[in-house]
Amino acid sequence: MSKPVKTLNAVTIRFAGDSGDGMQLVGTEMANTSALLGNDIGILPDFPAEIRAPAGTLPGVSGYQLHFSSFDIHTPGEQYDALVAMNPAALKMNVSNLKPNGILIVNSEAFKDRNLQLARYDHSPLEDGSLDKYQLFEVDVTGLTRKALEELNLSTKVVDRCKNFFALGMVFWLYNRSMDHAIALIKDKFSKKAELVEANLRALKAGYAYCLATEQFATSYEVKPAKLPPGKYRSMSGNDAVALGLIAASVKSGLTLFYGSYPITPASDILHELSKYKNFGVRTFQAEDEIAAVCAAIGASYAGALGVTGTSGPGLALKMEAIGLAVSVELPLVICDIQRAGPSTGLPTKTEAADLLQAIYGRNSEAPLPVVAASRPSDCFETAFEACRIAIKYMTPVIFLSDGYLANGAEPWPVPDSSKLPEIPVQFAKDPESFAPFLRDEQTLARPWALPGTPGLEHRIGGLEKEAVTGNVSYDPRNHEYMCVTRAKKVAQIANDLPSTEIDGAKSGELLVLGWGSTYGAIKTAVEHKQKEGKSVSRVHLRHLNPLPKDLGEILANFKQVLIPELNLGQLLKIIHATYLIPAIGFNKVQGLPFFSSEIEERIDQILEK
Amino acid sequence: MTVKENTIAPNGPVINLSKKDFESDQEVRWCPGCGDYSILAQTQRTLPNIGIPREKFVFVSGIGCSSRFPYYMNTYGFHSIHGRAPAIATGVKITNPELSVWVATGDGDALSIGGNHFIHLMRRNLNINVILFNNRIYGLTKGQYSPTSEFGKVTKSTPFGSVDHPFNPISVAIGASATFVARTMDRDPAHMQETIKKAADHKGTSFVEVLQNCNIFNDGAWFKYTEKETKPENVVYLEHGKPLVFGAQRDKGIRLNGFTPEVVSLKDGKYSEADLLVHNENDPNSTYAYILSHMMDNTALPIPVGVFRSVETMLYEEALMQQLKTASQKMGKADLQALLESGDTWEVK
Repeated sequence: MSKPVKTLNAVTIRFAGDSGDGMQLVGTEMANTSALLGNDIGILPDFPAEIRAPAGTLPGVSGYQLHFSSFDIHTPGEQYDALVAMNPAALKMNVSNLKPNGILIVNSEAFKDRNLQLARYDHSPLEDGSLDKYQLFEVDVTGLTRKALEELNLSTKVVDRCKNFFALGMVFWLYNRSMDHAIALIKDKFSKKAELVEANLRALKAGYAYCLATEQFATSYEVKPAKLPPGKYRSMSGNDAVALGLIAASVKSGLTLFYGSYPITPASDILHELSKYKNFGVRTFQAEDEIAAVCAAIGASYAGALGVTGTSGPGLALKMEAIGLAVSVELPLVICDIQRAGPSTGLPTKTEAADLLQAIYGRNSEAPLPVVAASRPSDCFETAFEACRIAIKYMTPVIFLSDGYLANGAEPWPVPDSSKLPEIPVQFAKDPESFAPFLRDEQTLARPWALPGTPGLEHRIGGLEKEAVTGNVSYDPRNHEYMCVTRAKKVAQIANDLPSTEIDGAKSGELLVLGWGSTYGAIKTAVEHKQKEGKSVSRVHLRHLNPLPKDLGEILANFKQVLIPELNLGQLLKIIHATYLIPAIGFNKVQGLPFFSSEIEERIDQILEK
Repeated sequence: MTVKENTIAPNGPVINLSKKDFESDQEVRWCPGCGDYSILAQTQRTLPNIGIPREKFVFVSGIGCSSRFPYYMNTYGFHSIHGRAPAIATGVKITNPELSVWVATGDGDALSIGGNHFIHLMRRNLNINVILFNNRIYGLTKGQYSPTSEFGKVTKSTPFGSVDHPFNPISVAIGASATFVARTMDRDPAHMQETIKKAADHKGTSFVEVLQNCNIFNDGAWFKYTEKETKPENVVYLEHGKPLVFGAQRDKGIRLNGFTPEVVSLKDGKYSEADLLVHNENDPNSTYAYILSHMMDNTALPIPVGVFRSVETMLYEEALMQQLKTASQKMGKADLQALLESGDTWEVK
């Protein structure tokens, strides 16, 4: 007996359970399977900072949200079409965001006294009618998993840890996904423990078979592949894209990549990823602290490597004195700041983009440096590459900004043709006759890069002010001013080297929405909707935050109003106010979450209605 | 030691360098009479004789009087920020292991603000040489107590005396697993040259503490050990394979009583040289070197000067290079396109 299959254009699903329930694993697997099927995807892993908060409690809930579609999407979705809740706490934390009539799968076995108490329910929500507006599927996921695995003679503890794959099997049936990729994943992930391979495979297949067999589930759904431009694709997360972008820059410049880092959420995955690619000569250095990580990267650049360090906001604060040194000695250096919610330790696993002012201004004295920001997970590749290009060409530290949402998010990425990536020319000083440590290139104002080991170029650099040209220590007042102005000029004139700014929509009109960083998807979705409604709204998204593109002032002047949505309290806003003296309007959110496009649409409507 | 010697570089060419070749054109700006002048001169005298071409030397420093050192050396030099020289030097060495990398630092720079980097450099055992100018005072900031200043030290920032207990740099280095640990003195040029040479020759992180006089803010801090009137009774020179004998008449020795060193007389017939500690700088167990290091803290004992410890273990950069090599062999030649296309991919037509 075949059951009806309904076709949908897009689905948002959220897996929610205890932080030890393996929700991130099965969520990622659903995302990968969907991407391989050709859907466009957007994801939002949403997990607590505690590795294992007390089981069953509200703070321990870990969620993984996936948006998959048959058209081009830019966000992880807003309200869910389906929610899988592995316990009462997971239900409580997430159900308010489930669409009316949305699919709600709960692990009924977990809805017992103790878990209900931990989730602060007086009585079971399964029994009080509060879930009537949803399509509620009560499934004894725990019991059915135990049953499916009973012949394997495994401990209950081990068996219960397989229930996430039972849930995934159900979701696979519900959305007509092939289990092939998940089967391969299980075989690979548990390859050292044959009994776990068997157990998880059984759980996965049992979940699928359960939905197929039981009358509880009458309809399944399918989401056809998205019409993406032709080519080869892979799913790409922000942090992996940073790692690949850095390696690509290393290959294209011919420089050895040195990555110094101290583990910090959400940047650590870059270190993990880069440490795999030793065949590319990548030297990863897990330093004793954030300061050592950046200093080692500076030392590496001094000796001729592409020195890179990665961190998050609190780590960036620690590195700042050393970054000032790199500004002063004018060596290439890339600092990857994967921003998270602050201040201080803040919300380590939650996203925010509030380090912009720290990146541009957060050093003692006059210490200008270029700042770039990625807009999408896969854009981290190009933007990290761009950061390296600027650092090398202009002999300067560059800060690359990403955030937790991009870092852990993923999307289909058309694999670029590496032969079409630009070369990054590098010229080391060799000639003792013409060499002076601070004799600048007339065009770029970059000083020469002279590597220790080069005969005849022995010279000294340091954090004391240097005399122009010779680089000798100088306390001369005029020289100091000249050097300050020249360092500022060197960074400012990088604007001449930037492409003209792309405008999505008309070049003039009522409203321009100006964004930077990970707000890209939500802003793009919102603006596209408004444009379809015929509203006079355009959009610009900045990759270069310092210096700003040369044409930006003129673009801004062509709109009656400018709206700047930011995941901070108005940092780009301050810069735009100060630079262009226009009354731009801020729209700010600091909840540890990305914008929903609906929030931006609402704000656009408010502004246009005035 | 002669000023000019011809030595052969490991890779072949004759290196014909002299002290002058290591003097930069910058005017030396330490206070007249400062012990740093001696360290500079002994270093400039020693480097021509270690078989490394001048362009391969890199001096990295932090902040403080000692950290001006690189400006005066006609080599590659990097005067960085306070306490961070070991981290910068680490990046240099990992990037280019062929360079001879040196860190010039002080008691504040290495043991206070840079304490963390200092111990981690030691434990990693990169082939980097560290010279610590220990004058037991903050000179550049004009006279505050340092992490090696004695308890009760009256300084600008401790008018009632310091209530900090001092660090013993040698003990710290040994505790951090340094593979070469030595002490020398600004007023013993020959010994300093010899020590610097040994440090340079050692494969692994070399740590040299130089007892250095700051004649402005802490004059005479080490005179008990450096002046010829008091030195013989208060210093025991460590020589590998030889018993610990000292004294103007060489009539005293150090004997180990349990774990405690004590002074014995070689004159009264009770003890002979056979009863004394025989110095073994190559002892793989660092306990012995650690016991020696603490002789500094007991005023009844002379202080040891010389090489406390010299052992060889795997170099950080060697292990790293080995990994890079193995990875290339196993994973094949680096192919950027293949890397970009790795993982699960799908074709959109």
